[in-house]
Amino acid sequence: MSHTTRVLKSEWTKVRSVHSTIWTLAAAVVVSIGLGALICAVTASTFDDMSTVSRRTFDATYTSFAGMSLGQLAMIAFGVLVVSAEYSTGMIRNSLAAVPQRGTFLWCKVLVAGPLVLVVGLITSFCAFFLGQALLGEHGVGIGDPGVLRAVVGGGLYMALIALFAVGITFVLRSPLLAFAILMPFFFLVSNILGSVEATKKVGQYLPDQAGTTVMSVVPEALDRPYGPWEGLLIMAAWTAAALIAGFVVLKKRDA
Amino acid sequence: MIEAYGLTKRYGAKTAVYNLSFQVRPGAVTGFLGPNGSGKSTTMRMILGLDAPTSGQVTVGGHAFRGLPNAPRQVGALLDAKAVHGGRSARNHLLSLAQLSGIPARRVDEVLGVVGLQEVGKKRSKGFSLGMGQRLGIAAALLGDPQVLLFDEPVNGLDPEGILWVRNLMKRLASEGRTVFVSSHLMSEMAQTAEHLIVIGRGQLMADMSVTEFIARNSVGFARVRTPDSEPEQRDKLVAALHEAGGQTQPEEDGALRVTGLELPRISDLAHSADVRLWELSPHQASLEEAYMRLTQGSVDYRSTADMRTGLQQPAGAPAMAGAPAMAGAPAVPGAAPQQAAVPGIAAAPQMPPGQQAAHAPAHGAAAYPGGPQDAPQPGVPGGGTLQMRAPQPGTNPYAADAPAAPTAPPAGPAAPGMPGGATNEGEDAR
Repeated sequence: MSHTTRVLKSEWTKVRSVHSTIWTLAAAVVVSIGLGALICAVTASTFDDMSTVSRRTFDATYTSFAGMSLGQLAMIAFGVLVVSAEYSTGMIRNSLAAVPQRGTFLWCKVLVAGPLVLVVGLITSFCAFFLGQALLGEHGVGIGDPGVLRAVVGGGLYMALIALFAVGITFVLRSPLLAFAILMPFFFLVSNILGSVEATKKVGQYLPDQAGTTVMSVVPEALDRPYGPWEGLLIMAAWTAAALIAGFVVLKKRDA
Repeated sequence: MIEAYGLTKRYGAKTAVYNLSFQVRPGAVTGFLGPNGSGKSTTMRMILGLDAPTSGQVTVGGHAFRGLPNAPRQVGALLDAKAVHGGRSARNHLLSLAQLSGIPARRVDEVLGVVGLQEVGKKRSKGFSLGMGQRLGIAAALLGDPQVLLFDEPVNGLDPEGILWVRNLMKRLASEGRTVFVSSHLMSEMAQTAEHLIVIGRGQLMADMSVTEFIARNSVGFARVRTPDSEPEQRDKLVAALHEAGGQTQPEEDGALRVTGLELPRISDLAHSADVRLWELSPHQASLEEAYMRLTQGSVDYRSTADMRTGLQQPAGAPAMAGAPAMAGAPAVPGAAPQQAAVPGIAAAPQMPPGQQAAHAPAHGAAAYPGGPQDAPQPGVPGGGTLQMRAPQPGTNPYAADAPAAPTAPPAGPAAPGMPGGATNEGEDAR
């Protein structure tokens, strides 16, 4: 068994043996699907009251993902806790004494957390989509319609990337308090404001979550971005990679 | 084998470790001693590659730690017993560490048994006591059956049985030919566990030698001489005679004399010719603890100051009695009392080397009285110093205005009114 597989196994044991993993991931699934369903139900019943413009640019797929704006916070919480628990408990010194190759340690953590959040993200986006479309009824779309499958898969990727972004940032910040205090308000409020206010929109729309959400929209007019859906996700992936590299540099350089 | 060369670590302006060079050899327990904050843990972290040295280097078995292939199989360490995710069970904690080095899960159950935690292996470590946490940390260090073992303060929080167990474990590991490096701030513990000592103070090497050599080099023998307490003039005569013969004397707290520079028979002869009766003439060897304190005396970072308690003083009348010096075994003779009051007394004083009482009194006082600073003898508390008895009831608030200890009672005699028992140790025993 190679060294890397051993570290992967160990990281998997760490992830599955704490309750916070179950709680944060379950919250992400439940909140995303639940809130999405609620918004779809409300939209279906008030669809006729909407303006013509709104009706013409109505994006049934995107609407069913509305719950993710809140559900992603639980994903971020998972990403923060996976890393910060090492620091807040001091376990990091045990871990690094056992795996002196710090790069291996970080990438194995990412390799364990990544597929886990991707699976959970995909389950979330598919469930949210089908439940949402069922509730939208005649206003809904099918998974076979143009761009829809891409949006649903993209929704899963979005959730995974946001969690990994949090992993990278937490490796830089090291403290759970600091990471939560910065990431939560940022993705809940700041980035949304920067992305919608005219004055800051030009820059704000390149923020990770603002760019990433384009992959989930099928009707381009609804979001009005200068880049396409995959480009949006790519921008977000670049942010995530940058965060992880920054985390790697900090881990490598600083004393544990 | 652990080898450090010119190891230096600075955190900003503070130098935690300076130019430290030493070797830790296999087959023996090497004690790593130093006061709190002297750089022991920093050094251990540098050995484990957790902290990068500012300059110098340290190797384990000839390799820098970060370059060791499969490190957990070669080096096991207990750094901080609390460094465990409290929500994870003991077994899962060890399993995650075992998997890192390809150690089978069977070994996890083995080490849980070795440290006596098999019953609670499935429990979350959040509920563990300090001692159980310490055992879990030791289990983690033993997992990979490594040749080099580092333990940072392993006996902290352990009960006497646990301490004995750790001591025997260390010795056994060393006898199997392993390198065992144990840090502690307790000299007495190291004296019973280690064969070799590395002592640091303020991050610098102060001693690197065997325990026996350390004692021989650092401890000074002395004689304890006691003249009849009721006849102080006898004492003065003896002191004069001893000084004349070239000896040095130092008064001890209970009225005895500490004599250095003269052999015991010579002291006896001098006393005889001066026509002084002796109640006691006994040889003493300074303890390892003393030798250690003497060595690190100048390098203690955190030392308590005397608690004057001015903020708590009763404005008028009854000064709060601070708990008089609790001299275990000291006779409650009124004549001896004033001398005790003169020295800011400490229980361990009879073992202190000459000239060190003043320097160490406050820190020592705090350590010697398990009840904390409020039990420490209080120089400068009016009326308090001359009393030999403490408040008889355990838990009595010494600050209460109607404290039953009659703190203002004159030092009339051992059986002061209102003092049940009347003997010095009553209060101490009641605690």
